[in-house]
Amino acid sequence: MRKFSLLDGLVVPLDRANVDTDAIIPKQFLKSIKRSGFGPNAFDEWRYLDHGEPGMDNSKRPLNQDFVLNQPRYQGAQILLARENFGCGSSREHAPWALEDYGFRVIIAPSFADIFFNNCFKNGLLPIKLAAEKVDVLFKAVEANAGYKLKVDLEQQTIGAPDGAAYPFEVDAFRKHCLLNGLDDIGLTLQHVDEIKAFEAKHRAAQPWLFA
Amino acid sequence: MSAKTLYDKLWDSHVVRQDADGTALIYIDRQLVHEVTSPQAFEGLKLAQRKPWRTASMLAVPDHNVPTTNRAAGIADPISRLQVETLDANCAEYGVLEFKMNDIRQGIVHVIGPEQGATLPGMTVVCGDSHTSTHGAFAALAHGIGTSEVEHVMATQCLVAKKSKAMLVKVEGALGKGVTAKDIALAVIGKIGTAGGTGYAIEFAGSAIRALSMEGRMTLCNMAIEAGARAGMVAADDTTIAYVKGRPFAPKGSDWDKAAAYWKTLHSDAGAKFDATEELDAAQIKPQVTWGTSPEMVVAVDGRVPDPASAPDAVKRGDWERALAYMGLQANTPITDIKIDKVFIGSCTNGRIEDMRAAATVAKGKKVAANVKLAMVVPGSGLVKQQAEQEGLDKILIAAGFEWRDPGCSMCLAMNDDRLAPGERCAATSNRNFEGRQGQGGRTHLVSPEMAAAAAIAGHFVDVSKG
Repeated sequence: MRKFSLLDGLVVPLDRANVDTDAIIPKQFLKSIKRSGFGPNAFDEWRYLDHGEPGMDNSKRPLNQDFVLNQPRYQGAQILLARENFGCGSSREHAPWALEDYGFRVIIAPSFADIFFNNCFKNGLLPIKLAAEKVDVLFKAVEANAGYKLKVDLEQQTIGAPDGAAYPFEVDAFRKHCLLNGLDDIGLTLQHVDEIKAFEAKHRAAQPWLFA
Repeated sequence: MSAKTLYDKLWDSHVVRQDADGTALIYIDRQLVHEVTSPQAFEGLKLAQRKPWRTASMLAVPDHNVPTTNRAAGIADPISRLQVETLDANCAEYGVLEFKMNDIRQGIVHVIGPEQGATLPGMTVVCGDSHTSTHGAFAALAHGIGTSEVEHVMATQCLVAKKSKAMLVKVEGALGKGVTAKDIALAVIGKIGTAGGTGYAIEFAGSAIRALSMEGRMTLCNMAIEAGARAGMVAADDTTIAYVKGRPFAPKGSDWDKAAAYWKTLHSDAGAKFDATEELDAAQIKPQVTWGTSPEMVVAVDGRVPDPASAPDAVKRGDWERALAYMGLQANTPITDIKIDKVFIGSCTNGRIEDMRAAATVAKGKKVAANVKLAMVVPGSGLVKQQAEQEGLDKILIAAGFEWRDPGCSMCLAMNDDRLAPGERCAATSNRNFEGRQGQGGRTHLVSPEMAAAAAIAGHFVDVSKG
């Protein structure tokens, strides 16, 4: 997994609540057996005016110029500012794959759906929960200032704004450690292989039918 | 010993180790696998030269991409076909039991697990699919995971997790005529919102829940994720145990007696503490219909499409306005005035035998309305289909003008060829009414099987609790 520590990135505001993973990456792209290449189809139904299918040349498709990601001032954005319950719905990890492949490294929202939140950390993406009032302040600032950037410091757990304001954020210690070091969960878990085996033996003795 | 919730009991009995900050490794008893979220996990395993920890804990089935007509001809879309073939090849390589597309036992992963007895009370169950919450109906701890976690469970038999908070949703009293588990689920989501359960595991309890069949309990737990909760669950009781008995994967002989005795302990103790509690009066719940593009945008069938002017805040007002524009609806329209183009009865929410029976009971001797272009019934599994046919339900539905299809996820998420055209309006028994869910530009109204069948006959929504 790609490490994440510090980012000074352009922010794009996606001003709607309950953005679901079907919207982030529509189902037709889930037919892929790979975990890369989803970026051009992130938010496909909002981003393009035609119906997207796998295998199309996305550079030739008509863009929906009203969609915020298509506006010239937000090109190259690495920080997605969103509203409550971002990433709800399907557990598809294709959603964080698509966001990461598009170029996002950080998502800031008042709240996230649990499975999506968890999936982000497995893919070098940092989801940050900030109070709704603070997110509101950021929305106003982004919309008022072209080229608006934020400095995200995972080590210090702060977001620095151009006006000097600092927004501290919480992050789970284990997830922070994995993200800072780009660690793969499986390798870490396999350090506890003896404990897993011991548990399994005890569990099998208590409920043998689970192992039939 | 202090009183424990059902969730405490399931969690505690699976903790392999726990760090001081609460990060735990929990042991997974059953991993269900489908074609969409597993190929990258198998590939990761292969690249790292790892093997599945316990192959016997896995059960695989293709469901999302499979066609629901003319299955003998195979899958026409080459990309869908490759995904299913990749599952077949991975299962063959690692020795994972798979019910292939033409196996009578094939079906939607959340229908076949319980049907086979592969889901048992007291288990931890995971699948790379958010509707894994369904299996909590069996007093199991079951939730959806991402593909990285699918690979993690394959490689280690464990999941890295932190304990959620516990919410009790208590529904007391008797449901009225025509009111179902689906209506309870939608009423709960309407009350707490699609993020109301975020961070929680929900236990559904109360006399109305105890009175539900296992099919009804599965419908309810299935929708826990639409309330934001990764896991939903119901205590084990005689209904649970009777359902499991005799199924292919269920314990046999002396194991059965021991298992059944243990399962009877799988309930919240008197006095157990929950972090949050919601109470609903079953008698007050009416048949529900969603009007928007989130399951929380729901009203009773005798209600009206809400007016964004009455939304509680500016963000919600914007969402409601966008939803009405997408759905092609005017504020204050009576729900029963909404005409539909298509009907979809099926999915992991409502694709079980009781749902087939409910649809057939409504449709018997009637005809699908002329304005309804397509009314399709998609059984949740080959065995559900077989049983329905033995009961003659297929004949009733076909005579009424419904199409009787082969099992799969079908138009719940429209990954196969079953989908809505832009602007088409559908009464669906599935679980998500998101923009584009059933096809780009498609408009979905979530309802129970009774309500969907009645809408097919009338051509618009009708109140099945009346008349």
